[in-house]
Order: sequence, then structure tokens, then C-alpha cells
Amino acid sequence: MAAEFPAHHYLNDGYGIRSWLLTRDHKRIALLYLAAITVFFFVGGAFAVLIRLDLATPPGDVVSDDTYNQLFTMHGVVMVFFFLIPAIPAILGNFLVPLMIGAKDLAFPKLNLLSWYIYMAGGLMGVYVLLTGSLDTGWTMYAPLSTRFSTTRVAPAALAVFVTGFSSILTALNFIVTIHRMRAPGLTWFKMPLFLWSTYATSLIVILGTPVVAITALLIFVERLFRFGFFDPALGGDPVLFQHLFWFYSHPAVYIMILPAMGVISELVAAFCRKPVFGYSFVAFSSLGIAVLGFLVWGHHMFVAGQSVYASLVFSMLSFLVAIPSAIKVFNWTATMYKGSVSWDTPMLYAIGFIGLFTIGGLTGLFLASIGLDVHVHDTYFIVAHFHYIMVGGTIMGYLGGLHYWWPKISGRLYPEGLSKLSAWIIFIGFNLTFFPQFILGYLGMPRRYHAYPPEFQVLNVLSSAGASILGFGYLLPMFYLAWSLRYGRPAGANPWGACGLEWQTTSPPPTENFAVTPTVTESPYHYPSPAVKHVA
Amino acid sequence: MTHAAQPHQPAHHPALAHHFDDLAQQQEAASLGMWVFLLTEILFFGGLFLVYTIYRAWYPEAFASSSHHLDIPLGTINTAVLIGSSLTMAMAVHAAQMNSRKGVMIFLVLTMILGSVFLGIKGVEYSHKFHEHLIPGPDFAYAEAEFFRPAQIFFSLYFVMTGLHALHMIVGLGLMIWMLVWAHKGVIGNGYYSPVEVVGLYWHFVDIVWIFLFPLLYLIGRHATGH
Repeated sequence: MAAEFPAHHYLNDGYGIRSWLLTRDHKRIALLYLAAITVFFFVGGAFAVLIRLDLATPPGDVVSDDTYNQLFTMHGVVMVFFFLIPAIPAILGNFLVPLMIGAKDLAFPKLNLLSWYIYMAGGLMGVYVLLTGSLDTGWTMYAPLSTRFSTTRVAPAALAVFVTGFSSILTALNFIVTIHRMRAPGLTWFKMPLFLWSTYATSLIVILGTPVVAITALLIFVERLFRFGFFDPALGGDPVLFQHLFWFYSHPAVYIMILPAMGVISELVAAFCRKPVFGYSFVAFSSLGIAVLGFLVWGHHMFVAGQSVYASLVFSMLSFLVAIPSAIKVFNWTATMYKGSVSWDTPMLYAIGFIGLFTIGGLTGLFLASIGLDVHVHDTYFIVAHFHYIMVGGTIMGYLGGLHYWWPKISGRLYPEGLSKLSAWIIFIGFNLTFFPQFILGYLGMPRRYHAYPPEFQVLNVLSSAGASILGFGYLLPMFYLAWSLRYGRPAGANPWGACGLEWQTTSPPPTENFAVTPTVTESPYHYPSPAVKHVA
Repeated sequence: MTHAAQPHQPAHHPALAHHFDDLAQQQEAASLGMWVFLLTEILFFGGLFLVYTIYRAWYPEAFASSSHHLDIPLGTINTAVLIGSSLTMAMAVHAAQMNSRKGVMIFLVLTMILGSVFLGIKGVEYSHKFHEHLIPGPDFAYAEAEFFRPAQIFFSLYFVMTGLHALHMIVGLGLMIWMLVWAHKGVIGNGYYSPVEVVGLYWHFVDIVWIFLFPLLYLIGRHATGH
């Protein structure tokens, strides 16, 4: 049964550059973010390619020492601040929050557009830093390296972080108000899709954490420019205070990156197992639990920074506690799959990949929460592997899974299934080949951020570099076939997956006002297996 | 598709945005949005207060000594001016709720005058500090040599905290100009007052920040040394 492409939808409601750059439609703003964030993803990826190229041989003969420092710094800055933090909230969240709650738009559409412009302003500052001398302090910008010794562009980089932070804050504010005030009739909190719970929890972290990193970046900025002595011991300041302030945000930032992906996975697992999510309220509350606990564990980044042993003990224990809500999610997704009728569509491949990789990333996080072991592997490739399992294996898998799941809704068209499954496999294999050897390297003692290494580490490094090239190829594929599908894909119809959720009840792509009639919600978000027939508009 | 009855639409208020059901929902959203924003602001200034707390604990004598270089009479006048501006702001919000456009405009202008007086006095204080070489950096000079570095930290904090506070006030004055235009055009009134209300919330927040800054920066010296 061929699906019809709707005559009027948000994509053909106005043409030309002005209709995009001045739009207040959350769906168009999501696409503006998609374009910008994709560019930054590939810029950050290019740095990673150069890093892995350099590490293919022990002496580090591709780039100079200084260039290498700039490469890993800019890889981190671009990926963290311009890709991982905004990706799922600003693209999928922007598109989906109003659709999922049956609203016409976010509460503050102009503010939403403003967030994008602020993001772009921060991004352009980042590009300016890149073009005029880069940054070599590591993405963490530790003082006094950043405030006194570095000769690179610390001040504009700190300002870029400051500005970009406000973009996330305004988006989070918009989500919180929208979820509180604009839900469709009948849509109670416990009838909300779990993606909204995780978006809400993420927004809370952004609201409470981001201003602290903003003020920290500002203090770095003024210390660098005016020699105010906040963090430089030569001026009477305390460098460890910088680390406290920095990690007070930057550890919760990890949950800003992973929680939205967890929300995506909850949607995918329910839709492709055709079952309600097992233990809905536990999964919902575990998002809030992670948000709260996330603020109490920052000290585990400072076990070797001269922090009091007693503080370290407490931070260690609290870090272990994060495993509880995380494990609740993993177990509940698995229990949802149990005896479900699992269909192996592309988004589900990403979801299963996420569950496995996140579990490895999470369990190695427990190793790092143990003080003794952490001292051994501190600042080694073990850490690098651990957080890439969470951020790449977790967040990017969740992001790509979500993008593939909602792409028919966003574009109104289907992408080639065989190719998309193939690329999911390529990404999974490339990812593991890249990062699993790094666990071993780190355990053997290879430090992170080093330009050269002893020859006995070469085999594992070559494996990792080979994996990175496979991974890079895997990331390029979706960009091409998704772009291809925009013009040549078959019309998707309103609900190609036969999924529950308000977003599937409107046309694909949705009209500008989202719903012809404001929907009234009477059922739970996952009342499977009811809309069983695929491809019916 | 179900033909759910559309909720009854009252006469369309000119200020009602298309994506809200009614004006009440729109005003509640605006108010909640500002509260959430103030939460962010609390954490923003909170980072600075943390830095202040730590260095004051590290260098109590230097902080007490530096505090003596701040101008208490001017600080006190400014505190009174700012509290007065919060009062006029509250009256502007009240006038907006009573649909009195004229009242809104009068009280907003009064608030702006008081806000500008505060900023003017702050400017005078800053210029005194400049002449006394109390601006941290290469020109910094401090009579008691043993406090040279921690006193710089105190004045770094003084300038960053009061500077950010002043910046927030300038933003607030800009918002009030916007509200004046809206009141003049008649957007405000006829039951639509939430823009004035949220600007009021913001202004009160800025006021409260000063209520903390004033004793922590100006008065600690008196307390610590019993003057």
C-alpha cells in the first residue's frame, strides 16, 4: 500500500532563506540545528582522524607536538560543546517535544530561534579560535595552564564555551516550561513518553549546571585578560578550585549527553518489541535519579588532584550509586525485549548496540569510581576508552538510532533499509575496534594526550586507528543516504513503524501547526500492540 | 480520527500567541519561564559566591582589610536606592494587573531613574578605585604589603561580582524600555500583564543579589575588626 505524501507540511510552508532563518517553527529550527551540528560533528571527527593517523606509529611523525596538543583539544571542545551536548536535545528534542505532547510549538518560539543564533555565535567563535591559533590546553582548560602558560587562544575559547552554554540553557528552559504548561488534554505526567522524562531531567541538569561552567569560563577569561588571580597560585589563587567548579558542571554534562540518548532508547525498544516499556515509572524516575546523583559525584575526577581522602571516599561511594538508576534502565530495556516480537529494523540495531556498549562503558565507570584502581589508570587510555564507550557508543548510537527512527517523520520519506542496516553494523564494528584496544592500552599504562609512545604499544594502536577509519566511513554513509532519501525516498506515511505516540498520529512530515485537531490522550504511551498495521496513513 | 470537541475559544486577545490555548496559559508559561531562568541565575552567581567564600576563609584578615577601602556611605545609599526601585517596580506590576497603562509607565520610569542613579553611584565608586590603584593587575597598589595578593583577589571578586550585577541592571533597564514601548502601544493592559510581571521578577532578583553583595563586600571589615 503506497503512502501518500501530504500536500501541505512544514517543509513546503514557505520557501527561501528568510523562511528558514526567521522561522519560529520548532521543526524547522530542529533542522537548522541538524545542519549546524552535523558540520561540527564532521569537523570534530576530522580532528579524531588526524589524531589516530598520528598514533599509528610510535614516534608521532605526522604532526608536530604542538599541533597534536591542539588536535586533541579541539576534538574535545568541538565534540563536547558543539556536538554531544546539543545533538539530541536541540535536534530531536526540538522536533519532538511539542509533537509528543500534542502542542503546536514550544512555549517560546522566538527564544527557540534565539537559542540557535546563540549556538551559531558560539560556534563561530570556536571557528575563530581554530583559525587564529587554536587551543592546546585540553578541553578541560585547567588553570594555570590555561590562564598563564598557554600561548593559544584561551580567552576567545572560554568565551565561546560561555556563549554556547546560554544556548543550551534557553533550550532547556523552553522544554521545561513546555512540558509543564502545554501538554494536550489527558496527557498526565505518567502518560508521557519516556523520551520526555529524560528530556525533562536533562533540562534540569542544564538549568542548574551550565551557569556554573559559564561563570567558570568567565573567570578564566578575566584572569587571562586582566590577570585577576582566581585560579593562578602565583597570584594567590587555587587551581584546584577551578577543577571543582569545572567538574561541578562537566560531570553532570556527561548526563546531559547520555540521558537524552537513554530516552531515545526507551522509545525504540518499545516500538520495535511492540511492548510497553517494562517498569515505566522506574525508568522515568531513574532519569531524575541520574540527574540528582550526577551533581554529587564530580570529585571522582580529582582523586589525584590533592583532594582530601575523606572527600574522595564520599565521592567514590556516591559515584557507585549512579550505577543503580543506570542499571534500572538497562535491565528494564532488556526485560521489555524479553518475549517481545522484536523487529530488526535499523533503529533497533542502534538500540541494541547502545545497550551493549553503554553497559561496558558503565561498568568500566565503576572501576574508575574505585579510588585505588582509578589512581592506577588515571589519565591513561583506559579513561579515554571508558568515556568514548559512553559518549560515542552511548550518545551517538542513541542519536543515530533516534535520527533513523524519526527520519520518516522529519522528512516524510523512507531511507534505503539494506544500506542503513549495513552502516549500523559498520559503525558498531568500527567503534569496538577503535576503542576496545584502548582499554588494554590504558591498563598497560599508555597515558592519554601523549604524542609518542613506546613501540610495544603499536599493535593495539594500529588496531585502534584501523577501527577509526572504519568508524569514520560508517558515519559518512548515513549522511549520504539520508540526504538521498530527501528527494528519492518513498513516502513514509504517517506511521511507518506502526508505533504508538502522538507524533505518529499526524502526517509525515507534519503540518506547521503539527495537528489538525488538538489530540486528546486517553491511553498509556506504549499501548502496544494496538496500531499493528504498517504503512497506513 | 476522533472528532474531539475543540475547547471553547474566548474572543481572541490581540496579545495571544497562536500556539497557546488562552491568555492564562500564555501568562503562566511566561511566569514559569522566568522562574526557571532565575534558577539558572542563582547558580550563575552561586559560583561566584562559592569562590568568595573559599577565599574569604583562606584570607580573612586580607578580606577585612580590603573591605575598609570600599565606600560604605555610597554603598548604603545605593542599597536604599535599589530597594526603592524594587518598590516602584512592584507598583508597576500592580498597575499592569489593574490595567492602568498610565500607572505602568509612571512607575517604570521611576524604577529606571532609581536604577540609573544606582549605576551612576557605582560608576563614581569605580572611578575612586581606579584613582586609588585598587584595580587588580599591573597597576595594583596596596599599603599593607602582606595583603598584596589576597587583596587583589578581593578586588577581583569585587569588580567581577558588582560588574556582573551592574550588567544585569543594564539589561533590566533595557527590558523596561521595551515594556514602556509596549505599554505605550497598548499591548500591556486589557488583562495582559505578564511581560511586566516577569521583568519585575527579574528586577527583584537583581535587587536580592545586591542585598547579599553589600554586606559581604562592604561590611565584613567592620564586623571582623570591631570598628
